[in-house]
Amino acid sequence: MAQTAGLGRKYLKAFVSGFFVAVPVTVTVLDRLAYVARVEGASMQPSLNPEGALSSDVVLLNRWSVRNYEVRRGDIVSVVSPKNPKQKIIKRVIALEGDFIKTLGYKNRYVRVPDGHLWLEGDHHGHSFDSNTFGPVSLGLLHGRASHIIWPPNRWQRIRPCVPPDRRPLLNWGGSTEDDVDDDDNKK
Amino acid sequence: MSQRLFSKVLGFIGYTVQYGCIAHCTFEYIGEFVMCSGPSMEPTITDHDVVFSERLSRHLYRIEKGDIVIAKSPFDPNMNICKRVIGLEGDKVCTSGPSDTFKTHTFVPRGHVWLEGDNLQNSTDSRCYGPVPYGLIQGRVCLKLWPPHSVGVLNESPNAGRILRTE
Repeated sequence: MAQTAGLGRKYLKAFVSGFFVAVPVTVTVLDRLAYVARVEGASMQPSLNPEGALSSDVVLLNRWSVRNYEVRRGDIVSVVSPKNPKQKIIKRVIALEGDFIKTLGYKNRYVRVPDGHLWLEGDHHGHSFDSNTFGPVSLGLLHGRASHIIWPPNRWQRIRPCVPPDRRPLLNWGGSTEDDVDDDDNKK
Repeated sequence: MSQRLFSKVLGFIGYTVQYGCIAHCTFEYIGEFVMCSGPSMEPTITDHDVVFSERLSRHLYRIEKGDIVIAKSPFDPNMNICKRVIGLEGDKVCTSGPSDTFKTHTFVPRGHVWLEGDNLQNSTDSRCYGPVPYGLIQGRVCLKLWPPHSVGVLNESPNAGRILRTE
């Protein structure tokens, strides 16, 4: 009897110590390295959720690569919604700080993106709640960069940055971003 | 010999990762110590005061009017600002300074807060850059720890009239 009690205590101890390892490590990995999220809604069609409500994509959000708030034009990023802090939204970066952009139905026809802000748009114009509604988004709200589609399995792929050709910024569009992408391709 | 060294190194790395992760969770979900600089919160918080900011109420969405919060600056995510919450979403706030003859008011949009420093003459805050998204709030300042003669809870706002109480 005493032996079983001792055994039980041993298991309890192992469970508690394992708990104190597993929970902080998991939380830290989800906060700092990578996060997995299901995409809901039609705002990013056709890049994400091409079949609409039938099957929703699951994406891997790389949180390590945005730790210094470095994103490129064309990246798909998740941000905390400026209108509802309990919700996260996933959109494409169209313009970085300092870019001039022609808006689609925002209160100003042309906008210079302020310092420390991003201009985000969904790929499905007109069905997306994006910067054309709420304006430029502060970089501090950045949550992660979508790097891979991991579910469904037949759509498993890396997400490459690409800006829709008609949505390029009017000024400040240096060749640098395109060159970076080309370099990446050459290395692979 | 080399095997023992290897296992020792592995154990050391394991402990480092474990304690690093525990530290991350503590700072991220419970609270952290912050040193404030700048004049914008005088006389409540002066330059080089050390305060404790708890993060639980931010995660539970329990930030209230009159709380002092630490938030990321909307224009530079690497910089933090320490201000008092004057209005939550839907509140009416006064956008003009205390010495202005004409009072102007505005409403705080959804998902945003209105932040102002206690030192109204010398503070860059929502009066200059408008409402701030709630997601930028990092924590609520609840205790002052340094200098030793003013340890304890923080004072109420000296300009309490700016917080409009609506029932």
